[in-house]
Amino acid sequence: MVPLSYYLVLSAILFACGVAGFLIKRNIITIFLSIELMLNGVNLTFVAFAAQLKSLDGHIFVFFVMVVAAAEAAVGLAIIIAVFRTRETLNVDRVNLLKL
Amino acid sequence: MLGLILFFIFAALCVGGAINLLVQKHPINSALSLIVVMGSLALIYLLLGAEFVAAVQVIVYAGAVMVLFVFVIMLLNAGVEERVSQGSRVAMMLGVPAMIIGLAIGAAFAFHLYGFDRIPIGGPEIMNGADVFGNPQAVGHLLFRDYLLPFEVTSILILVAIMGAVVLARREE
Repeated sequence: MVPLSYYLVLSAILFACGVAGFLIKRNIITIFLSIELMLNGVNLTFVAFAAQLKSLDGHIFVFFVMVVAAAEAAVGLAIIIAVFRTRETLNVDRVNLLKL
Repeated sequence: MLGLILFFIFAALCVGGAINLLVQKHPINSALSLIVVMGSLALIYLLLGAEFVAAVQVIVYAGAVMVLFVFVIMLLNAGVEERVSQGSRVAMMLGVPAMIIGLAIGAAFAFHLYGFDRIPIGGPEIMNGADVFGNPQAVGHLLFRDYLLPFEVTSILILVAIMGAVVLARREE
């Protein structure tokens, strides 16, 4: 039997890795992957609490998070392709048209 | 006992994959290590008795979403990431520890505020896959009865996302 806090610590580590990647990385695709990592960390929290409370609502929430993540990935990758067509780069430091 | 051993194996795989995602320079290596994270998370979901979520995790996340990512990485021929601004070295040296300390203080404060620090270390133990309760039948009952409206709204969201992706990625003549 695994204590609940172990799952929560694991999901916190995954979320922190996602935040760190989001802030440190400069490639727009890797930044996107870090967002997916954060969503996965949150999903683990939902499932762990669902098992703790013996309630299935957490699983439904995970389902909706996955749907939104899939939609977000489709639209986000389309935006990345559009940005690459116009700017010829994937580096977020070079996409600075709105910067003063 | 077996559950604990399996949890530690898959948790180590998860954390290793997540750190590898940060360390690797090439996006394709980051994407493949994220697939490792998602696969081992699916096994942890099975450990928690969430059969349906584990299956969806493998099919949707490790399958569909990551195939999309790898496809785009190969389509755009993304190479090793280059650093344009080098001036943020000091900010990184100071910023990362400062962020960790700040988050720790905030978490301790929030835990104290909500009384979580009175729960003993280790916390309550949760049941494992022995009695599975997250099987597709149970989740489907809940999804198509209590959560029918959100489920239908989801289909509209997916439709909008598909159309948005097509419009955004279309080559303008």
